[in-house]
Amino acid sequence: MRSTASRTIRALPTLLRIGVAETVAYRAEFIVWMLTSTMPLINLAFWSAVARDGAFQGYDTPQLTAYFLGALIVRNLTGNWVAWQLSEEIRTGVLSMRLLRPLHPIVAYASSQSAALPFRSLIALPIAVILLVSAGGGAITHDPAQLALLLPSLLLAWLITFALMFALGCLSFWITQTFGIVTFYFGLWSLFSGYMMPMDMMTSKFPIVGYLAKWMPFYSMLGAPIELMTKHLTTGKMLEIVGIQAGWTVVCIFVALRAWSAGVRRFEAVGG
Amino acid sequence: MIRAKELTKHFKVHRRPPGLAAAIKSLVHRKYDVVKAVDGVSFTIERGERVGFLGPNGAGKTTTLKVLSGLLHPTSGEIEVAGHVPFKREPDLLGKITLVMGQKSQLIWDLPPAETYAMNRAIFDVPQAEFEKTLGELTELLDLSGLVDKPTRQLSLGERMKCELAAALLHRPTTLFLDEPTIGLDVAMQVAIRDFVRNYNQRHEATVLLTSHYMDDVVALCPRIIVIDQGKLIHDGDLRQLIKTMDPDKRVSFTLTAPIDQGELEKLGTILSREGQRISLRVSERELPAVVGHVLGTLKAADIAIEDPPLEDILRVMFGRSKEAAANHKETEAS
Repeated sequence: MRSTASRTIRALPTLLRIGVAETVAYRAEFIVWMLTSTMPLINLAFWSAVARDGAFQGYDTPQLTAYFLGALIVRNLTGNWVAWQLSEEIRTGVLSMRLLRPLHPIVAYASSQSAALPFRSLIALPIAVILLVSAGGGAITHDPAQLALLLPSLLLAWLITFALMFALGCLSFWITQTFGIVTFYFGLWSLFSGYMMPMDMMTSKFPIVGYLAKWMPFYSMLGAPIELMTKHLTTGKMLEIVGIQAGWTVVCIFVALRAWSAGVRRFEAVGG
Repeated sequence: MIRAKELTKHFKVHRRPPGLAAAIKSLVHRKYDVVKAVDGVSFTIERGERVGFLGPNGAGKTTTLKVLSGLLHPTSGEIEVAGHVPFKREPDLLGKITLVMGQKSQLIWDLPPAETYAMNRAIFDVPQAEFEKTLGELTELLDLSGLVDKPTRQLSLGERMKCELAAALLHRPTTLFLDEPTIGLDVAMQVAIRDFVRNYNQRHEATVLLTSHYMDDVVALCPRIIVIDQGKLIHDGDLRQLIKTMDPDKRVSFTLTAPIDQGELEKLGTILSREGQRISLRVSERELPAVVGHVLGTLKAADIAIEDPPLEDILRVMFGRSKEAAANHKETEAS
């Protein structure tokens, strides 16, 4: 048998194609699911109302528009649900079938999750791009270096999100049902990632949240790419943002792989 | 080759009585029992052997298959499959084995089986030409034409099972773990699957370890059987020899052409059933030639069939003895 890495690379196009086929298997569910990814537009409406009579905490309406449309784009490109998928497969024993294939399940899940991304974004992204250009265009960066760093920043944000969600899913090896933990995680993520409001706005209102956020990966998952997209940053600041993201990526992948290798020893392969 | 030495697998199981009070109590204080699903089992299976793995529900058959295929880590003991330690799940091993579970599907539920086949081809890195050749053979042997393009969820149980077998064999494994592969299938389909497994075993010199609640599967496929009960091995050997040892008498069934007295029948053997002219007797091996001669010559029976006792009956006796032995052991320990 050829080497694992080269075999995995050769298998990727097929895995992505099948991931796409799975995503579009149910048409009605597919359309509803695409519509659910537009939550940042609601946040935008709320904060635009707050800033109607003038800038709020340094953010005027075009800046808020740019920020939340940026959030919509980043959320759509980095969001995934592997924690639920993995948790369900551990609980029901379906994971057994993945373990019988010579492909690390983390690769199989990653390809299945990333295959769905373009479809998830079919509705949200065009809306975001049109609104961003027409309403908040002035607030988007035009710096080529910043724009060049945006793609790696988005990739790193996706990797951190995926790895953390994968590690959360692995908790099912120990506690079977992780719905409550994942919900708690989303609470933390919403607070510390910049999903509810820009982090600098949050920090000036609640300094303790800003301090804690520095020690957590959530900002690197959402706020960091939005900053690269919507703020005018110095080269040092840009590199700091992406450097911190790279650091969190290494930590989160390490945690995910450790959780997997410790958890799979406890797998009970129920059913059958 | 498959080798298990003193294999054990224990599970910690949470137990609580029914009811709201017990449910709330279990939030703060949980009781766990250790279940010895597999308890010191040893055996060796050579390449190309077909072995039936039998036992009552909960005996530890499926757990053993899951340990052997690398899904579960054993609690203790040594195991080796095709030169590998299964729970390490090295790619080389995974390319040589397959596990078919009648109650668990590897097919992608929302897509046609053809998509699972394409995925397995990519993951197992099967060259396209070899894949097409193998799939062609499997399509012919399992009569899959017209099935592989329908979504899996719309296939009948029998159709799905045939597609499952094809998915499990596309990479041409040399060790097959088959856990209830014919469950829920009609008789014709069971026979088709049995023929297919035998054919595959002979063509590829594949090792087959089969569990099934249908004894016909085991009798038709497996010259050797391993029997476990309550996690312990209670028999490992030739199937015919086991039957001969446990119950050497034959079952003789025939249809009479003229009425006969009950007394005359009883002289031939123990009457097992009598439905109209159809008779079934239990006859010792020593008396068999004379009884057959009498039935055909004197009674002029329209037909006659001589069979071994059903494997189900043999196993029932074995499991009964095993339970008794376990109860005696517990009593001795208690005293």
